[in-house]
Amino acid sequence: MLGKTASGLFWMFRYLERAEATARLLDAGFRIALTRAGSSRSEWQSVLTTVGQLDAFKARHGEPNSSKVIEFLLSDRDNPSSIISMVKSARDNARGVRIGLTSEVWEATNESWMTLDKLLRGTIPEADLPDTLTTIRQQNALVRGATTGTMLRNDGFNFVRLGTFIERADNTARILDVKYYLLLPSISQVGSTLDIKQWETILRSVSALRSYQWLHGATVNPRDIAQFLILHEQMPRSLAFCYNKICDNLGYLAKNYDNRTESCELADRIHLDYLGRSMDAIFDDGLHEFIESFLDANNRLASQISTDYSFGPAA
Amino acid sequence: MLGHDGGKSGETREAYQAFRKWLDSQPDNRVLRKSEQAENFFRKIGITFNVYGEEAADERLIPFDVVPRVLSGNEWRKLSKGIEQRVRAINAFLYDIYHRQEILRAGRVPESLIANNAAFLPKMMGFDPPGGIYTHIIGTDIVRTGPDEFYVLEDNARTPSGVSYMLENREIMLQMFPELFADIPIREVSDYPSWLRRSLSSCAPAACLDKPTVAVLTPGTFNSAYFEHSFLADQMGAELIEGSDLRVIDGRVAMRTTQGYKPVDVIYRRIDDEYLDPLNFNPESMLGVPGIFDVYRAGGVTIANAPGTGIADDKALYSYMPEIVKFYTGEEPLLKNVPTWRCSEPDQLAEVLDKLDELVVKEVHGSGGYGMLIGPTASKQEIADFRAKLKEQPEGYIAQPTLALSTVPIFTEQGLAPRHVDFRPFVLMAPNSIDIVPGGLTRVAMNEGSLVVNSSQGGGTKDTWVLDD
Repeated sequence: MLGKTASGLFWMFRYLERAEATARLLDAGFRIALTRAGSSRSEWQSVLTTVGQLDAFKARHGEPNSSKVIEFLLSDRDNPSSIISMVKSARDNARGVRIGLTSEVWEATNESWMTLDKLLRGTIPEADLPDTLTTIRQQNALVRGATTGTMLRNDGFNFVRLGTFIERADNTARILDVKYYLLLPSISQVGSTLDIKQWETILRSVSALRSYQWLHGATVNPRDIAQFLILHEQMPRSLAFCYNKICDNLGYLAKNYDNRTESCELADRIHLDYLGRSMDAIFDDGLHEFIESFLDANNRLASQISTDYSFGPAA
Repeated sequence: MLGHDGGKSGETREAYQAFRKWLDSQPDNRVLRKSEQAENFFRKIGITFNVYGEEAADERLIPFDVVPRVLSGNEWRKLSKGIEQRVRAINAFLYDIYHRQEILRAGRVPESLIANNAAFLPKMMGFDPPGGIYTHIIGTDIVRTGPDEFYVLEDNARTPSGVSYMLENREIMLQMFPELFADIPIREVSDYPSWLRRSLSSCAPAACLDKPTVAVLTPGTFNSAYFEHSFLADQMGAELIEGSDLRVIDGRVAMRTTQGYKPVDVIYRRIDDEYLDPLNFNPESMLGVPGIFDVYRAGGVTIANAPGTGIADDKALYSYMPEIVKFYTGEEPLLKNVPTWRCSEPDQLAEVLDKLDELVVKEVHGSGGYGMLIGPTASKQEIADFRAKLKEQPEGYIAQPTLALSTVPIFTEQGLAPRHVDFRPFVLMAPNSIDIVPGGLTRVAMNEGSLVVNSSQGGGTKDTWVLDD
């Protein structure tokens, strides 16, 4: 397939994944702001930090407050990192790789864009936010469902999966990094309602509160959360899960193309170096350092993939 | 009302009778309701186009009318025979013009019309395109003025567009009113993409030793017809490429794939000659591939349609088409040409200036309904402006009478209403066959009384049925 098509598929699904992650963060942030379980300003600040938009936001709007942050991340068409902009980018990429998609996937993507384009106009009243975010997640689920239900499991699908899991690993690592350090000081208040609510937002941000509770009961423990998000192989947003999928898909490509690229080696190395160790080892080196270094490695892998599979124009 | 299509007002023409019966049996509002859903369907599949010169209007829909245009089997047979004859002549003309130029020697077409024409590509001289085919795809624009009177308005021999509308209009009719297709013998159009692929593959270049790789070359997602480019590539199972995906390597045109560069054998290009190759044509072009024309001439790639085919559908040449058909086929033309005044000839120009308010004046190199004067509906000022233009540069224009175009019904909230239409069947030419899918694109002037059907000027489309009778 064309390098351009592979790139379009990869990016289309990165944008979709990121849009959905942002929707979840907004949902979790809004819940905290509503319940006044903590300072809503610091909560919004952490949401903005997680998506790497704190500086851009402050330059435009100053100190974060609910309505401004919601608008900025949800419906601001001048902000390339808002959900509406990312859904548009996903749709633009889909339009460019129309021949790499089944008509079901294309129509779901296009319809999702049309629905959200209409929904996210003007200011969204805070009372409508939960419904709005639900619609965003549902639309995304339609695209995802059409993708897994109709696409041929060929190289195109491998690039779809690579984009999805590279982005997801990035998102999960960022959420953990930002939240964990915001919340660590509160460990002293273990057991208080406030504390539990706060920790729960991490799990909500990755749609994993229920599954965490299945595994650990009602006790919310920072270390278990970190373990769950980093090493748990059954948790679909954990770093380990993402890297299993990344390595699988690069492996399929290697087999299909009869060519083991540098990307395959790099992914295996990242898998082993970062996720092949115990939680103790990770904490000994420092969680923050671990995550920073992981994010960097994850980015390097993305750029290696774009080199190995000719994402750029002919030269 | 249903049956203006060449028939007298008030009676339902034979071909429309089955549809009429169905329509009369529909409960109130069903057709109206469905017709309102059509827009959603088109938006969903993304069948949109961009209008140049309108900033906010990216991705507009072409209005769709639910009343089909119906042609009987007999009408179609007659029409397709005429089109085949014309297309055959056009291909023979192109071969001749780029080789011995017998028709110029015989004095049937003035030499100056070729030599001074921007659509003529001297670099094509003496070259035999793969399979001997210049015009792999032609869209012949046809209007009707009476039961048996069909005129050819234009022979689109460069890169005719609109075939995706033919296919999607049928698709939506099938979705909205499936019972129609069970009850009425309507011929299928869905074979077009596979015929197109077969037709393109049959003209693989000499350098292709295996199953040919076919690709559609598009200017990109911002082009007004991008939807159609991606649609056709998708339906044919071909690659959709842009100039930036390609380069010339070892005498082949190669595309950048996830596994390195791979040669492309047949390129169905949807960009104009001028932009194909910055080394050979317009050096400013960012859309093309440097050196692709040299590869073409050396037998490394097939370009469809061949560069230089524009000389055959040039408006200045149009008035010579009856001569051209006779010259190459030895037969009388089966389809009529619209009588045309050549403004380059002084006596004809005088005649045109004399009755500007009755005529349609077209730019020789214009397209898409831009830059034309429709005398009967033009203001005094517009006529005066055109008079000045004609005097200044007469060779830039031709003039034609306004034909008494037949109308077909469209569905409006007030019921059926007559509108003017034209018709573009799509012709596929391969070394041993000419195929015309039974159907085509019917464009309709949605505004009452209007004669302009171009989508860029508010025209709409409708499904076209050829009956299997």
